[in-house]
Order: sequence, then C-alpha cells, then structure tokens
Amino acid sequence: MMNMAGAQPLARAPKSSVQKSPVPPAPRALSPRMVDIGVQVAVVAALAGLWEFGARFGALNPFLLPPLSVVLGRIWEDLIAGTVLVDLGLTLYRALAGFAIGAVIGIPLGILMARSALVRWLFDPLVSIGFPMPKIAFLPIFILWFDIYDTSKIIMVAFSCFFPIVAATYAGCSSLDKWPIWSARSFGAKERDLLWEVYLPMAMPQIITGLQVALPVGMITTIVTEMLMGGRGVGGAMIMAGRFADSVGVFAGIVQIIILGFVVVKSLEIVRRRILVWHPESRR
Amino acid sequence: MSDILAGRRRPSGLAYAIVDTAVRFSPVLVLAVFWEFLGLSGIVSQQMLPGLVEIFSAFVDMLINGDLLYNTTRSVSRAAAGLGAAVVVGVVVGLMMAQFRAARLLVNPIVQIFYPMPKSALIPVVMIWLGLGDSSKILLIFLGCLLPVVVGTYNGARGVNPFLLWSASSLGASRLDVLREVVLPAAMPDILNGCRTALAFSFILMVSSEFVIATDGVGFMISSLGDGGQYPAMFAAIFFVAGIGFAADRIYAMLARRALRWREA
Repeated sequence: MMNMAGAQPLARAPKSSVQKSPVPPAPRALSPRMVDIGVQVAVVAALAGLWEFGARFGALNPFLLPPLSVVLGRIWEDLIAGTVLVDLGLTLYRALAGFAIGAVIGIPLGILMARSALVRWLFDPLVSIGFPMPKIAFLPIFILWFDIYDTSKIIMVAFSCFFPIVAATYAGCSSLDKWPIWSARSFGAKERDLLWEVYLPMAMPQIITGLQVALPVGMITTIVTEMLMGGRGVGGAMIMAGRFADSVGVFAGIVQIIILGFVVVKSLEIVRRRILVWHPESRR
Repeated sequence: MSDILAGRRRPSGLAYAIVDTAVRFSPVLVLAVFWEFLGLSGIVSQQMLPGLVEIFSAFVDMLINGDLLYNTTRSVSRAAAGLGAAVVVGVVVGLMMAQFRAARLLVNPIVQIFYPMPKSALIPVVMIWLGLGDSSKILLIFLGCLLPVVVGTYNGARGVNPFLLWSASSLGASRLDVLREVVLPAAMPDILNGCRTALAFSFILMVSSEFVIATDGVGFMISSLGDGGQYPAMFAAIFFVAGIGFAADRIYAMLARRALRWREA
C-alpha cells in the first residue's frame, strides 16, 4: 500500500495535508532537476546502445568500432586473467607517484617564492618559462638520463605536474588579503604559526586548483610515457593492441582509461570539498 | 620597478620592456652556467649533458639544412588545423549549450564522461581509425582541444548578466543579435581562457602523437635523433619545440589581452 502511494506521482503535495500518510514527504515526483538527470542518463544509454547496435548490425565497421558488449567482454576476460588490475594499478601508481612528487616540491617552493625575494628572483623566470612549455618534449632527455623504466616515467610525470602546482601556489600565496595576516600578528602569532594557520588555509583553494590542473596533465603524461617505453600499464597495453591491429584491445583500454580518469578526477573533487569544508565556496 | 615601468606608456616602453625582461630572466643565465659547469667538470658525462655550444651548433646545422623548418612546419600545421577546428566547433557547441536546454542535456553527459579522460589515450584509437598519416593526428588534436573550448564557452555564456540580455531584447534585438552582440562578447574572457588551455593541449598532443606514430614532424625528429644517439641535436630540437610552445602561449596571451582591452574601464 505504502509502496503504491509512493509510486503514484502525487500531483499537489501541499494540498493533501488531510490524509496524513506515514510515508515521509516524498520528493516531488518530477522536479526539473530529476528530469534533467533522467534525460542525461537516457542520452548516455542511447549512446551506448547506438555504439552496440551500430557496430553489431553493420552500420559501422566492427574493426573501427567493435561492439560495446565485445569490448566489455574483453575487459571481463582480462579482469579474470588479472591483467586489467595490473595495468590499471601500474598506470595509477606512476601517475600518482609523479603527481605527489610534483606537489611535494611544488607547494613548498611556491610558498617560498611568495615569501622570499631571493627564491622569487631565481625561480620566477624559470617557472614562467617552464609553465607554458610542452613538457612532454623533454621525455627523450629523461629516457637518456634515467633509462626506460619506472624512474624516468615517474620523473617525467612529476616534471609535468610540478609547473601548474608551483605556479598556482605562488599565485595563491602572493595575493593574500592583508587583514587576516595583520590581525593574526597583532594577536601574537609567530611566523611559523602564520604559515600553518593563515597563509596555507588562505591559499588552499588556489593550491588545490593547481593540483586539479596538474592531475589530468599527469595522467596524459603517464599514458604517453607508457606508450613510448612499454613496461605494461594501460598505455602500454593499448599501444601493443594498436600495433597488432587488435581494435577490441584498444577500445578495452579506452574504456578502462575513461573510468580511471573519471574516478581520479572526481576523487580529487571530493578531497577538495573535504579540505575546504570551512571555505565559503563549499556553502554554495 | 615594474610599477614605474607599467606607468610608462609607449613609445619608450619597448626599450624599458627589453631591459626589464633581461633583468628578470637573468636566472636563466645562472642555469646555463650551472649546465656548462656540470658538463665541463665531468660530474655528468658529455653524452648525457652536451655542452651548450655544441647544442647551439647542432641547432644551426639543422636550421641550415632545413630539417628543423620542414618538420616544424609539418607539426605546426597539423596542430593549427586541429586546434582551429576545435575552436570553431567548440565555441558553437558551447553557445548552443548555453542557449538551448536540449543541447545542454544532449552534450553535457558526453562532456562529463570524456572531460576527465587523458586525451593521449586516444592515440591508438585515431591510429586504428585513420592510420599513420596527417589526418589521424589532426583528429587527435581536434578531439583533445575540443572539450576545454566547449566548457570555457559554456561557462562564459551561462554566466552572462541577465540584465544585459533583457535590456538587449527589450531594445528589440533578435535572439541571434543578442547572441552575437551580447553573449559572445560577455563570454569572451572565458572563451579565450578555454582556448589557451586548448593551445597547451595541442602542443602536448602534437609532440606526443609524433613520438608514438609519425613519419615526420618535430616529435618524430626528436625521437629519431635520440635513437641515433645524436644527443646535441636532440637537445637542440627539444629546446626549440619547448621554445615554440612558450612563444605561442605568450603571443596568444598578448593577443587575448588586446582583444579584451575594451573591457578595462
């Protein structure tokens, strides 16, 4: 009974205060937001269907676009064989290790650049030259220096993540509002306390934005290093599949990478909301 | 110092700008000296870190025999084709998304799914679709640059002050007029920002696709020089590509500032 009442799209909820239903006030059945979400889910489903049936019934060449079910079947097979998790794990490890190194060097350096004239003089031009350069071009140098294994991949990723992070941290720390700093000082805060209690929290939104720029760049770089140097990982697996004209393998890789990229980027968004709970931006 | 310089206007601004830039970028010289020192003192082998003179003479050689110019033209024309198409399509799609709910509902899920995907993963896909020639790389750069432009345009067009829209239409502007005369200029800063991201992506994808699949272009040139052990030339080509990327971004930023000059009070 309750179930049926809930299933009926109650037309005017506020009016029906006469019949006190035990069902908690149901969300208005078709709010515009729900419609939007529904339509968008339907679009995704339609695309998936188009992919599947277009490829299956010959509208699209199945070599150029293998049916979705075949691609998912391949992922399932590889999942059982264990290779999917190894490849995803390696790619994730390289991307995150490089990203972490970039952050661990970039954030303190950005803060120092904002705080010390000497550091600023030395690094400001280097960062502003390095920031817009296509860092991936330096990959052969890192191969030359550090060989083709994980070290050079991770250093390459760290190098490409470093610049957005240091630039954002520097920008964030050098445009701080003076008033909170002055009032903290006048309450007797030491410089060390200021760093942790005032500078960092105030610059945090921009620092995290820098991290959010760097993370996708790090993923792009990881994939390219794997394609070039092999050594497994999703990128390596994809390029091998491409060389053997195994288009199912290539699309299996793409689907894995889409999922991996989505999870990683969304996780960082969640982290941002966690860290910045106190910040006005979270209250919007 | 920079305040004084900023206060100065042309014509004497250029000379000041040059001096200011030279002073500002002096640490690059420090880095160069450090580089030479590492190589000459034998701490790092000359193979790993060729001297700057050697790199420069390799650069001049490549410039004279035309390799560098030929490959750069090939690469840059591919990047420009992909990026240009991405900007045109991206701005149109972004504006449509902001104007029509149907377009928004149709495109948004696609953007949501593909935006976080590392675009370099598409390299094997375009290789399967279009082979090893120009078209595969143009398609890759197009796909990689499209979403930043779409998202930038959409955010800019969505954030237009509604009072501007209302007053324009109450003054009798048609929907197309409003789009062209109000929405597009108001969204311009965001559009230009999106295009700047796309420009950076176009260089990344240009170089990496040529590392992986190519028969010409600067990326191919760099990797084949590296494979052949011609390290001074490889360093020269790498610095050259990095320099082009840097220059492209700077020129773009300058043009964008100029295009937005009307916004400043």
